[in-house]
Amino acid sequence: MTGSIDIRAAEPRLVYVLRLADNALVLGQRLGEWCGKGPALEEEMALVNFALDLVGQARMLLSYAAELEGAGHSEDDLAFLRDGMDFRNLLLVELPNRDFAFTIVRQCLFDLYQCGLYEELQRSGDSRLAEIAAKASKESRYHLQHSAGWLVRLGDGTAESHQRVQAALDRIWRYTGELFETDDVETALVAEGIAADPAVLRSEWDNQLDRILREATITRPAGDGMASGGRHGRHTEHLGYMLAEMQFLQRAYPGASW
Amino acid sequence: MAEQDWPLWEVFIRSRTGLSHKHVGSLHAADQQMALQNARDLYTRRQEGVSIWVVPSAAIHASDPAERDAYFDPADDKIYRHPTFYDIPDEVEVL
Repeated sequence: MTGSIDIRAAEPRLVYVLRLADNALVLGQRLGEWCGKGPALEEEMALVNFALDLVGQARMLLSYAAELEGAGHSEDDLAFLRDGMDFRNLLLVELPNRDFAFTIVRQCLFDLYQCGLYEELQRSGDSRLAEIAAKASKESRYHLQHSAGWLVRLGDGTAESHQRVQAALDRIWRYTGELFETDDVETALVAEGIAADPAVLRSEWDNQLDRILREATITRPAGDGMASGGRHGRHTEHLGYMLAEMQFLQRAYPGASW
Repeated sequence: MAEQDWPLWEVFIRSRTGLSHKHVGSLHAADQQMALQNARDLYTRRQEGVSIWVVPSAAIHASDPAERDAYFDPADDKIYRHPTFYDIPDEVEVL
């Protein structure tokens, strides 16, 4: 069985749930890449714990997506047998880890977004999404404590750590506009009280980010020449390589299990 | 190396049903906040606890193993210090 689905024909709610699921799945995989390579044993455990939290969120969301799709796919089919162009994650989460500063900056930007998103979604008219958000919200709040703590520690740390964090933020900034983009899919769902309103999310994200960056003595990059497309299936070259590794086992040995 | 940069901390966890914090291990961290977070990530992954204490290992003063005899052996023959001469009611579960 193939997991490939025709996303253009998919109903808005399925597209929305897939976007949430793929964000969690792709960033979970990226964080998992720190396994065996963390800067300290303690930090490595933390990063991989977060990876597992995100994969757990992805499982709940992909299961729901599979139900909405109604084509007999499982969460595993959607994770391991779907092609890159059928993924709907933000470009932000598929970028390679680079150094620890980049990983932390990306994580903090994402955690801030997830915290606001899950806070809103707990009031979603879709009870399934509200339940998932309630569970995931606790995890995201802890992730944010960790990533924001590191961002401040490194930003307000040594000359080198400061420079690395600033460089990471400058590099990643153009991928942040996509977090709050909206389209017909989301506008309709927001009107129905199912999806979170990106405008609401943005103002809270801006406020909190400014507070963290101030404490970290990091300068918020100017402008918003924004890269986007991930949520519509137009990805960077990096996603394909990541999926090749993530999906290899199920592609090579279909149905393999522990 | 982290071992040279970050001090060592001892971790104490109180379990869900526990009455007191118990020593579970140690870790490295730069300060209290990081020590608490690292303890959470290392030692409570399997629902081990509901409360964490972290203490700088350097703040712990340990008895000298060479002094063990002098410290502890004198208690060996003082059986009257054990409350074994009382009947414990069945209702008392923790003592």
